[in-house]
Amino acid sequence: MMEIMEGSHAVAEIVKRCRPQVVSAYPITPQTHIVEDLAQMVANCELDAEYITVESEFSALSACLGASAAGSRVYSATTSQGLALMFEVCFNVAGMRQPIVMTIANRSLGAPLSIWNDQQDSISLRDSGWLQFYAEDNQEAADLHMIAYKVCEDHDVLLPAFVCFDGFILSHTYEPVDLPSQEEVDAYLPAFTPYQRLDAEEPLSFGMYATPEYYMEFRYEIDQAMRRAKEAFIRAGREFGEQFGRDYSALVEGYRLDDADTALVAMGSICGTAKDAVDEMRDAGRKVGLLKIRTYRPFPGPEIAEALKGVSTVAVLDKNISLGNGGAVGTEVKSALYGSGAAVYDYIIALGGRDVRKRDIAAVVDLAEKGEGDMFYGLRTEVL
Amino acid sequence: MALRIGCAAPPGRALENKTGAWRVFKPVFDPETCSRCGMCALVCPEGCVHETEEGTFEPDLDYCKGCGICEEVCPKKSIRMEKEEK
Repeated sequence: MMEIMEGSHAVAEIVKRCRPQVVSAYPITPQTHIVEDLAQMVANCELDAEYITVESEFSALSACLGASAAGSRVYSATTSQGLALMFEVCFNVAGMRQPIVMTIANRSLGAPLSIWNDQQDSISLRDSGWLQFYAEDNQEAADLHMIAYKVCEDHDVLLPAFVCFDGFILSHTYEPVDLPSQEEVDAYLPAFTPYQRLDAEEPLSFGMYATPEYYMEFRYEIDQAMRRAKEAFIRAGREFGEQFGRDYSALVEGYRLDDADTALVAMGSICGTAKDAVDEMRDAGRKVGLLKIRTYRPFPGPEIAEALKGVSTVAVLDKNISLGNGGAVGTEVKSALYGSGAAVYDYIIALGGRDVRKRDIAAVVDLAEKGEGDMFYGLRTEVL
Repeated sequence: MALRIGCAAPPGRALENKTGAWRVFKPVFDPETCSRCGMCALVCPEGCVHETEEGTFEPDLDYCKGCGICEEVCPKKSIRMEKEEK
């Protein structure tokens, strides 16, 4: 049933219906409403889970790791500095192959301190072995949690996932969301079957020491699992479409890309604004389209190359900056399009909550078509 | 050894890490002068010094890393570290 609700509440409601057995999180803006809602659901006996309160994000994810290794379906949520504090545990969760799902309410990283949105936090965990999915709106944010559990718990994958949705822009915004019922979620997402688990009868340790003779092979296997996650996502996304009518079988999604000369590439909520901007440019007779990246990890390089075939100019919108180089998404899109002949330009945009309007998107397209790019867009040079 | 997902292992698998390969110096025990006090076995950080049937002591060279603490503590100076040629 379609309801108007806050993004954080939609996420909490869908997480509840995914039936996590253990939730551990530490409240941090703008993720707070999600974990407040879940704590209340546990207190009200609406959700049969252990809610472990902790003193930091490091402890939160450590508690999740232990609970997952013990065979539970586990959930957490964080953002920004909280995710930064989890850095070490993130690598351990992926290395121990625990299918934890964690919401990231994307927020910039300090210093300077900022509670506003960009995607620097999750992008900075790019190499940690977590799958990364980005939602355009609150419907997609809710849906991606169900898909994430299905993909992560697939025994061909066994990796954790971030479901990323833009802090405030989505987390605190009220939108119509169609939430499936508990029965419908149960039909899509069966109970968690651990591949292996901690058991006093059959003792097991996870993440043991590996000498140089073995370490590289473990990393190779994680990389292989990450690559298999593409197929698992496509399967889970297709099944989702069959059951709920919203198809997520595509790792990247084109919008008015047919016959486009210039393509924007973006992730997350900015895609909504970009679609409206594309419509206006199309109305003005310009051949512009958008490619939305849904799964940043595994990175859909060949899928991007296929989707952008025939496009001559590409403008990548990066809500992050790999300082000293450029935007992380732009760098990888350039790599994916190497040899295609397309001119690919990268724009660092919307850092620390700077608003992006339709006219900004149009201005980026103008710059790209003039061959000006690989730059910060919208810098206030008067304060520099 | 085939890898197991998540680098998971049942108890005792650490025995497969033959840390003796790290060694440069190996301890040589002289049972003739040994007073059988057992200090060498107590202090060995690897736990690889064992009592023999005769009551003297010997290292398990599969795991001895050659740290030399046994030589340091032996009150009878009956352990000496010898450069090992491989």
